[in-house]
Amino acid sequence: MAKITLDNLAHSYLPNPQGEDDYALKELNHDWADGQAYALLGSSGCGKSTLLNIISGLLHPSQGRILFDDKDVTHAPTAERNIAQVFQFPVVYDTMTVHDNLAFPLRNRGRDESYVAERVQEIARMIGMEDMLKRKARGLGADAKQKISLGRGMVRKDVNALLFDEPLTVIDPHMKWELRTQLKKLHHDFGHTMIYVTHDQTEALTFADKVVVMYDGRVVQIGTPDELFERPAHTFVGYFIGSPGMNLLAAKVEGDRAYVDGKEIPLGGSYDTPRGKVEIGVRPEFVHLTAGEGLPVRIRRVEDVGRHKIVRADFFGTEINIIADEGDAIGADMTRVRFDPGHVNVYADDWRVAPRTRQEEAA
Amino acid sequence: MQTKTVNQKAWFLVLPVLVLVAFSAVIPLMTVVNYSIQDTFGGEFFSLEDKLMWFREMLESQRMWDALGRQLMFSGIILAIEVPLGVFVALNMPKSGFWASFCLVMMSLPLLIPWNVVGTIWQIFGRVDIGLLGNTLDALGIDYNYTQDTFDAWVTIIVMDVWHWTSLVALLAYAGLKSIPDAYYQAAEIDQASRWKVFRYIELPKMMGVLMIAILLRFMDSFMIYTEPFVVTGGGPGNATTLLSIDLVKMALGQFDLGPAAAFSIMYFLVILAISWVFYTVMTNLDKRGM
Repeated sequence: MAKITLDNLAHSYLPNPQGEDDYALKELNHDWADGQAYALLGSSGCGKSTLLNIISGLLHPSQGRILFDDKDVTHAPTAERNIAQVFQFPVVYDTMTVHDNLAFPLRNRGRDESYVAERVQEIARMIGMEDMLKRKARGLGADAKQKISLGRGMVRKDVNALLFDEPLTVIDPHMKWELRTQLKKLHHDFGHTMIYVTHDQTEALTFADKVVVMYDGRVVQIGTPDELFERPAHTFVGYFIGSPGMNLLAAKVEGDRAYVDGKEIPLGGSYDTPRGKVEIGVRPEFVHLTAGEGLPVRIRRVEDVGRHKIVRADFFGTEINIIADEGDAIGADMTRVRFDPGHVNVYADDWRVAPRTRQEEAA
Repeated sequence: MQTKTVNQKAWFLVLPVLVLVAFSAVIPLMTVVNYSIQDTFGGEFFSLEDKLMWFREMLESQRMWDALGRQLMFSGIILAIEVPLGVFVALNMPKSGFWASFCLVMMSLPLLIPWNVVGTIWQIFGRVDIGLLGNTLDALGIDYNYTQDTFDAWVTIIVMDVWHWTSLVALLAYAGLKSIPDAYYQAAEIDQASRWKVFRYIELPKMMGVLMIAILLRFMDSFMIYTEPFVVTGGGPGNATTLLSIDLVKMALGQFDLGPAAAFSIMYFLVILAISWVFYTVMTNLDKRGM
């Protein structure tokens, strides 16, 4: 187990990167705390796999350093880093038995057979495959194979970190849930440092203590699932996390008031007048349809998704989403909306602006 | 309800294939069967008292058993060389870029040369008086003469076959290797697998399917090889390189013993069929049980 430090790290696939656009991974400083479970979340091509490959040593960064427990491993090969990785497509040694698969990393390191046998039993119990040890790995299902590759990673006691590269992509939906739960339990019981790359927000939010959201080669926010939901640091986080994503409205902000199309919206804090492209963002969960108070909207359609209703409405020319409780009746007179002032965030050029006063905490 | 309409026109669509197969396989094979149970004198056929006489005679013929022995030895040797060599070449070929294409083209060249041309190339190449190989060996003081010495003749036809066909094994093995996702190599590196273990547990299992096809193709092809050794050695010195098909042609066209030759070619055909079938069954079963 180890703390992993990224120091000034950046990577470009081009030999001579010129501007910032040439970098697949833009400059980044971050500590991955020992024993934490992280998720790297972002859409395809955002640089999350690049970052993972740099940590595992399959890729060498164009600048910066990477440290495991303050030891510089930037140029160390994968084998020396003592990490384990579970890949998108299950990698098992087909011709070996499950037992030999699990024993493989230990045998390659010359551990003696009695230790290997004991350790394999232990791991098989952890991943729930004790009764399959004698079987050939060939012919097992994708979920069993992913468990084996996970087990192969954990079999080494001194493993620094477990890396997951979209490990549930090829798993059947009903097994996904089970594997994720098992993974979470393993993390809880054994406390490995885990880094989990995914583009699925549910996977990220349920798995990780801290979610690292990446967008266009940049880490836009690192936070607990709660922080990402309540205070998205970047409009991308607001849009990407949540279903549907955060509503964004072009606005003018003065003090503790925002003005959309000249209409006043109260805010949870007081702001210095932000510059650039100013928007307010509010999650659909914090928008309420009312009959009397608030600003006028035109409802376009209502989607009932079971647990709640999603109302699509037109608010001064911008489409906004509103989440209404399953039991709420949406009458013909509900033509106005109210925003929870404490949950309205202000963005300037896509980045969140913190309020001057700290009223939002109280709200 | 939909009922199937009877439409016999479909037969016309099958007809071309039937005609083609009839002329290319069925009719020639039946002609051979016909020869094998008759006796011939100058183009006229007489029915045999003992219908299986030629088969019996062939089974008792030492000459045929010797030829079969030489044939098995030839196929065995070339397989033992070409398969490991082909795999070795494939493992060392560049995986991408200009040199990968370059290697692929260079490797394909021998495969494009017709059999009798290959034979002629090696026949001249090995000649002691004017051939590059023969003359060089002679100048180095090595006694080499494929027309006189049995061992030299065998070395020549085997090296020729290896030169001609190793590319095929290499290209098939290369295709198998290319289909292995990078993640396997990355996982092996993380597991600190040695180069040999990567080969044994990742590359070899993934190549097994194409290697099986390569071995099958090379076995069948080498077992019925005719042109190349015939052009180089003519089956000599003596009968030293008279492989099955060379002997067969000698018997059928040289001695005009059509009956025994026909009986013999039917047995020859059955042997190839049987060996290929056994081979295929064993390999697919191995595959199923997971080696």
